[in-house]
Amino acid sequence: MLTLEHISWSAPGGDAIIKDVSAKIDDGKLVVVTGPNGGGKTTLAKIIAGIETPDTGKIYFDGKDITDLDVTQRAKLGISFAFQQPVRFKGITVRDLLELAAGKAFSEEELCDILGKVGLCTYDYMDREINAALSGGEIKRIEIASVLARNTKLSIFDEPEAGIDLWSFNELIGVFEDMRSKRHGTQMIISHQERILQIADEILVIADGKVRTQGDAKTVLPTLLQGEKVTDCPVGRANRA
Amino acid sequence: MKSITEKLLEMIADYTGAFKGAYNIREDAACAGRQSSEHIHITSKEDMPGLDIHVDPGTKGETVFIPACVTHGDVDDLVYNDFFIGKDADITVVAGCGVNTDDEGEARHNGIHRFFLEENAQVLYKEKHIGTGKGNGVKTINPVTDATLKSGAVLTMDTTQISGVDKTLRKTNAVLADHAKLVIRERLLTDGDEEAKTEFEVVLDGEDSGADIVSRSVAKGNSVQDYVSCIVGKNRCTGHSECDAILAENGKVNAAPKLSAFHTDAQLIHEAAIGKIAGEQIMKLKTLGLTEEEAEKKIIEGFLK
Repeated sequence: MLTLEHISWSAPGGDAIIKDVSAKIDDGKLVVVTGPNGGGKTTLAKIIAGIETPDTGKIYFDGKDITDLDVTQRAKLGISFAFQQPVRFKGITVRDLLELAAGKAFSEEELCDILGKVGLCTYDYMDREINAALSGGEIKRIEIASVLARNTKLSIFDEPEAGIDLWSFNELIGVFEDMRSKRHGTQMIISHQERILQIADEILVIADGKVRTQGDAKTVLPTLLQGEKVTDCPVGRANRA
Repeated sequence: MKSITEKLLEMIADYTGAFKGAYNIREDAACAGRQSSEHIHITSKEDMPGLDIHVDPGTKGETVFIPACVTHGDVDDLVYNDFFIGKDADITVVAGCGVNTDDEGEARHNGIHRFFLEENAQVLYKEKHIGTGKGNGVKTINPVTDATLKSGAVLTMDTTQISGVDKTLRKTNAVLADHAKLVIRERLLTDGDEEAKTEFEVVLDGEDSGADIVSRSVAKGNSVQDYVSCIVGKNRCTGHSECDAILAENGKVNAAPKLSAFHTDAQLIHEAAIGKIAGEQIMKLKTLGLTEEEAEKKIIEGFLK
């Protein structure tokens, strides 16, 4: 179980991004974190993975206080993070990355199993370098595969659908459903996609740096857009030069 | 053959106690073993130190080994090796140089290789450089490669120098006729106070000739690297050069790419990127459970693979 207690985080410029967030994520659940752009979802996910350090608050993972642990230590405890904008590496191949992720060598069958889930043919991709020659969709799938290869207790996916075409998106939904049905740990998916929201066990709505709602997906989903309106431009029409 | 030579050969030429096929082992400026094969003929030059290596037309799939080793200080080895590759031959040349010094004397190898590729000949040239030994003597390797490629010939150069060599100046010159291709993959890592300079000059003389030069390097410690490349397009041709360097600690890299186009259908491209390892790359590997040091090591290993 993951527990967040009174987490706050401010950007280097001083703007408060996460404001006193407390939440509990139960084991074996598929939790979708959603909410308006700029609300703090990605920051919160990075705080859980240790990529950002909170100003205040505590994080517990399986009952252990991990607030002061770094990214590597948290990864070793079983937290994985799929970046929204994956990084590229000259010279490191898809096979290298997946083996680094798993901490062991893979047979071709094992690679097929992982890459097949994200819609990539092992023979076409295992020796490809993760460089600029890969398309946005390809690199995104490899990023997701790197988290699947780890098979950890908690997998965090930051907008996994971003940059993936409509056809591959269907397969991706299948991957998350499959993980959920086999109860492969807890999945935390940051997403705006209705299809992903529909497969959630729980939905956590983060808006303006706070938890707006958290609960059973069936209960939260119908209420998601209540009270939402398009914010007016802060300058305003009348004040424009 | 000395045991240190055997160790160097294992590192530079995948030596496992014997070479299969044609070979010449150079040890401290002398010959420590030679064998010609049915299609590859190795003879000593008469007027200067070095070898003439003749490969018969149509020779396929053979490998010739011509490693050179310097095993102690106060050796200044200079060798001229000429390769005459017959029409339609397709062979591999394993060169490589190991320089060892356990004393204060300088150990130096200057290898001047000339390649003459006849029509449609193909050569894969593999060269590893290494410096070893506990001595303070400066270890220097200065390779020069001059290549002349006739119509349709292809020369692929795969060169690696991973630390231990104090000073190196590599010069590679090539002139390409119609449809000839030159591919160069250079890997370089310098550390400590090492200095490495690489100069390429490729003249794309023939129609539809092409060159693809990719240099990847890592400069650590207080080491300094210089990269100079010049691709000259004199006909309808394609030229690409790429210089990527990773800086660590106080490493310094100068890159001076030059493209000269003397024909309207010459397509020449250069890419260069110098910088330290991107923080996002280290962070990604940390999220996979690697420490910062392990992540840097893996990134450099992959980059220089």
